[in-house]
Amino acid sequence: MSQTATLPASPETFEDQAAPETRIRSYWQSVGYRLRHDKMTLFFGSIVLLIVLAAVFAPLLAPFDPYKESIIGRLKPIGWRNHTLGTDELGRDMLTRLLYGGRVSLLMGIVPVIFATCIGGMLGVMAGFMGGRVNTGIMRTMDVFYAFPSVLLAVAISGAMGGGMMNGMLALTLVFIPPMCRVAETATTQVRSLDFIEAARATGAGTFVIVRHHVLGNVLGPVFIYASSLVSVSILLASGLSFLGLGVRPPTADWGLMLSTLRQSIYVVPFVCALPGVAIFVTSICFNLVSDGLRAAMDVRM
Amino acid sequence: MSRYILQRILYAIPIAFGVSVVCFSLVYLAPGDPLQTVLPPDATAETIEIVKKAYGFDKPLPIQFLIWLGKVVTGDFGMSIATRRPVLDEIIMALSNTGMLAMFAIPTAFTIGFLMGLLAGCFPGKWIDRGVTGTAVFGVSLPNYWLAIVMVIIFAVELSWLPATGMGPKGSAEFSIWRWSDTQFLVLPVITLSMIPIGIISRTTRAAIAEMRNQDFVQTLRAKGLSEFAVIRHVIKNALPGVLAVMGLQFGYLLGGSILVETVFTWPGSGFLLSKAIINRDVPVLQGTILTLAIAFVMTNLIIDLLQSMIDPRIRRG
Repeated sequence: MSQTATLPASPETFEDQAAPETRIRSYWQSVGYRLRHDKMTLFFGSIVLLIVLAAVFAPLLAPFDPYKESIIGRLKPIGWRNHTLGTDELGRDMLTRLLYGGRVSLLMGIVPVIFATCIGGMLGVMAGFMGGRVNTGIMRTMDVFYAFPSVLLAVAISGAMGGGMMNGMLALTLVFIPPMCRVAETATTQVRSLDFIEAARATGAGTFVIVRHHVLGNVLGPVFIYASSLVSVSILLASGLSFLGLGVRPPTADWGLMLSTLRQSIYVVPFVCALPGVAIFVTSICFNLVSDGLRAAMDVRM
Repeated sequence: MSRYILQRILYAIPIAFGVSVVCFSLVYLAPGDPLQTVLPPDATAETIEIVKKAYGFDKPLPIQFLIWLGKVVTGDFGMSIATRRPVLDEIIMALSNTGMLAMFAIPTAFTIGFLMGLLAGCFPGKWIDRGVTGTAVFGVSLPNYWLAIVMVIIFAVELSWLPATGMGPKGSAEFSIWRWSDTQFLVLPVITLSMIPIGIISRTTRAAIAEMRNQDFVQTLRAKGLSEFAVIRHVIKNALPGVLAVMGLQFGYLLGGSILVETVFTWPGSGFLLSKAIINRDVPVLQGTILTLAIAFVMTNLIIDLLQSMIDPRIRRG
């Protein structure tokens, strides 16, 4: 009885003995290990999570209606009655609007990066893998967009198209495609000439199979890290566009737009006017530091 | 060397051409009839006919582009819808004002950023390094228009040390950088504009210096008995090309970032002109300003490239 119970377990104990202490971790295991021991990244990552959750559950968390105006309660300082963070120029509760504003700002910050990563990444892999004329064609086109400072390009496109949230996101996507494409192209070109690709080709693997199984795995790391660093830039640019009046239309709450409309009131309630900027700054810096932590954990060099 | 210069200039031409194609197509991105986009809404049928002829709006797109390009090269950017003045006049005026900001912001940002990065790179891991790296992260994530507002709140509203906005009562025509009553209007915009480049440049410089200090040649120099000062001189020389490239990009950032900062300070420069053009849906001004700034950016990067190759001969051979 006792023997039958111990027998199936014996191979495991044998394995444990064979590999004492130095357990070999897979790549993702070691990335996870490094992340778990990086207190800074964990801390800022949890703030990012909190910000995202606060934006998602804004209707549940917000103490007031974001559009409820009040003529007598306009431009009240921080801590006025029930308004923890004061009120804006139309008497709307600032805390509520900051929570709701996060929804638009995060959306406008993250969506363009996702689209640009897919499109730019694909173009970059194509340019890097096919080389020759295709590479020249794609990369030289990208160079033209590089000739515009990013803020300028975003403003030019969304300004010409007449503003609005959709146009803003489209403009930001276009702004991020060229750098994304360049990162993907560099990574692909580096892998392309390596021996294992040659070996795969020699065994009869087609282009699609090689790209899918051998190239993508090596390109996704740098692309992912670069995309994560773009989120912070994108949030800054998106609220910049809203600040110029190129984002959402009032009365929708958005951090950039709030900053712009409150600007006229800095002599009345200076600290309330600075609040939306604090939100943008904190969000952007947290995304930035999380991205730095991920880069270190994934050991990606760019 | 001259061959390399020629090569680089030849390479910049197609880029500049591409840039003008993008700017040209901005008019077609605008919703509605492109003719309506470049004309004031109350234009008479006569004016519409004249403009249609002059810009060839009845001809195919490539011809339209060539006509437009021909006009742009001779400095004709069309008429502003809002002010009815030639776009070129508006741009020249605005650029000179932005140039004044840049003249102060660029040296400030580049020297402070470089010195901070140099100090941090020479003492990696020490408190000064951690301080600089921390400041750099702040600088990169800072929304500069918010910084501008905070600056105004602190120095103009709370302390009332400096004027909040504008260029002074006399405007840009009589502005003199030698009079404090005028120069004080420059202080806040210049500080705001230089903050982000300081962050980015110090970060890059720190990385470049720290990497160079680990190279073998540094050990050789030390072994030869060179003083620490002489060693650092060699390190700087080797780290400089990479830093210069980032400085070129930051110049573009100053051009672009000025849109938001100038809007906050209502500084009548190219950025303020752009934001006014957006509010007025003034596409000719938008197009002209973007084109001018982008071409300026291309030229700067060309110059930076040539400077790099002068410092580091390896670049022009490779």
